[in-house]
Amino acid sequence: MTNQPGWIKLAQERDGAVLQAGGAWTVEYAADLDRQVESLPKESAAQVLDLTEIDAIDTAGAWLLARASGQGEGQEIPWRNLAPEFQPLAERVLTAGPKVTPERPRARTITDWVADVGAGVEEVLAESLNLVAFFGEFVLATGRVIANPRRFRWVSLLVHIEQTGINALPIVGLISFLVGVVLAYQGADQLRQFNAQFLTVNMVGISVLREMGILLTAIVVAGRSGSAFTAQIGTMQVSEEVDALRTMGLDPMEVLVLPRVTALIITLPILTFFADLMGLFGGGIMYSVLVDQTFGQYVTRLNDVITPTMFWVGMVKAPVFAILIALVGCFEGLRVTGSAESVGKMTTRAVVEGIFLVIIFDALFSVLFSILSI
Amino acid sequence: MAERSANIIEIRGLVNRFGEQVLHDGLDLDIRRGEVLGVVGGSGSGKSVLLRTIIGLNRSTAGDIRVLGQLTRELDDEALRRLQTRWGVLFQNGALFSSLTVAENIQAPMRERGDIPPELVDELAGLKVKLVGLPIDAMAKYPSQLSGGMKKRVGLARALALDPEILFLDEPTAGLDPIGAADFDQLIRSLQQSLGLTVVMITHDLDSLVTICDRIAVLVDKKVKVGTLEELMRDPHPWVQSYFHGPRARAAGIAAD
Repeated sequence: MTNQPGWIKLAQERDGAVLQAGGAWTVEYAADLDRQVESLPKESAAQVLDLTEIDAIDTAGAWLLARASGQGEGQEIPWRNLAPEFQPLAERVLTAGPKVTPERPRARTITDWVADVGAGVEEVLAESLNLVAFFGEFVLATGRVIANPRRFRWVSLLVHIEQTGINALPIVGLISFLVGVVLAYQGADQLRQFNAQFLTVNMVGISVLREMGILLTAIVVAGRSGSAFTAQIGTMQVSEEVDALRTMGLDPMEVLVLPRVTALIITLPILTFFADLMGLFGGGIMYSVLVDQTFGQYVTRLNDVITPTMFWVGMVKAPVFAILIALVGCFEGLRVTGSAESVGKMTTRAVVEGIFLVIIFDALFSVLFSILSI
Repeated sequence: MAERSANIIEIRGLVNRFGEQVLHDGLDLDIRRGEVLGVVGGSGSGKSVLLRTIIGLNRSTAGDIRVLGQLTRELDDEALRRLQTRWGVLFQNGALFSSLTVAENIQAPMRERGDIPPELVDELAGLKVKLVGLPIDAMAKYPSQLSGGMKKRVGLARALALDPEILFLDEPTAGLDPIGAADFDQLIRSLQQSLGLTVVMITHDLDSLVTICDRIAVLVDKKVKVGTLEELMRDPHPWVQSYFHGPRARAAGIAAD
């Protein structure tokens, strides 16, 4: 690129004022050329735009020259002496038609904001209804498959059990272990003030079994597997694989959704059980470090204070949460439309809605258990 | 321009190997300034890989590629970026950014430069839209709202955003109806002539080869045979023979019945 940067100036010749331009009028120098053109005197009496010294031009340059000579704005100044090799390009740009620019987005007003809130509410309501309808379809599909078990996809089920269950063991175990450690540490620290460190065992046992084990597992699984379901099905939706299934007379509900939901119904309780164990283990380690007792004494004491009910209170939630997470994941996956961007958007939504529903239902379970006095 | 040599791209001894599979083995190719070169070849013969290698998306196993006089594999990142603004690429399905409108897609390369004033970017986007024959109201639309033919035009407008010297097209007419394809061919030809572009297009479209390509490069036996349509029709290679004398070639009016 050895060209001189482009320039434009107003000069006086015998028969009046002349605009002269030269150098390279290319996008390379567009910013500078734009400034030069803008700083030309508006009401110059120039009769002609002389382009003898132009030695390179592209569409951006030609556009700026057109602007400099007032093309398309009434008082046009004719061009002269443009080198013949640049003629076709100049002609192409000049005949392209009047100036158009993309519309700038309108400034937002309070009305827009209110309308957005309304649209948002409407969307949430519609989405909830759709999700309920989706659950209904799922129940019907389950019924059909139970009536005719040969239609069930066993291979798909096993693949998803491996992906959502076995592969999730390390992360679920680690998180539960650490939360157990933290619970025991905080508990022992506070209870020491009442000289009741030994109650740490009750605290760790009850909170891990009833709440922490299942809740943490559900949140990890929603982030890990719920999102994976949406992304898998969403990508299939984008590449029209789901449509291909439909044309073969296969129901995406049976082929895609049912194995995933079933897999999670099987794996989430197992993961929860594992999380319970790791949580209690982590709590025990921390307890034996902080309080002057051995791990064996922790286990004995744990055995005294926890009851099967506590375990089952946590465990009974697992299949419910599994259905919520898997259904939302598949539901959002099937709602993906057209673009790759939509896959990302729906995946985010699946995770947020999955975790939200899990916590709502956890609260509902608490209310239920308190009514039942369990 | 500093390098006013006749060849805008020179490829020497290009080798591309993926594992056991050798796609190109000692491929030489010269592309002349200002020509429209069609690249043809069977499926899997490495047309797209050749294109991706020239534009730097694929690192070749061996060989030299000179684009606009610069040896691409010796360039540092900064120099390569500067070189990349001197060519435009139209990918097969347009590869438009789905989260941006048509206007924003076309403006993206200009905005990336960072120094062009926003008003000018807007005006130039409008100009590009008109140059590729898109309706004005398409500017505010998103790619998912466009037909296949319009997407290609937007892709072309984006490829032309920074006024490149070379235009690479990957199957520009694939997926278009015959009328749309013929229109697109004419558009490429007229833009190439008026803007002085060098065009390298991968194509399966025999009509495009006849109507707009000055020369044709055929990928056979891991190398290329280059020539005009008439020259290639006389080539004795069996694949070249069956390509240019097959029933579809007859339908396109290339070969005599």
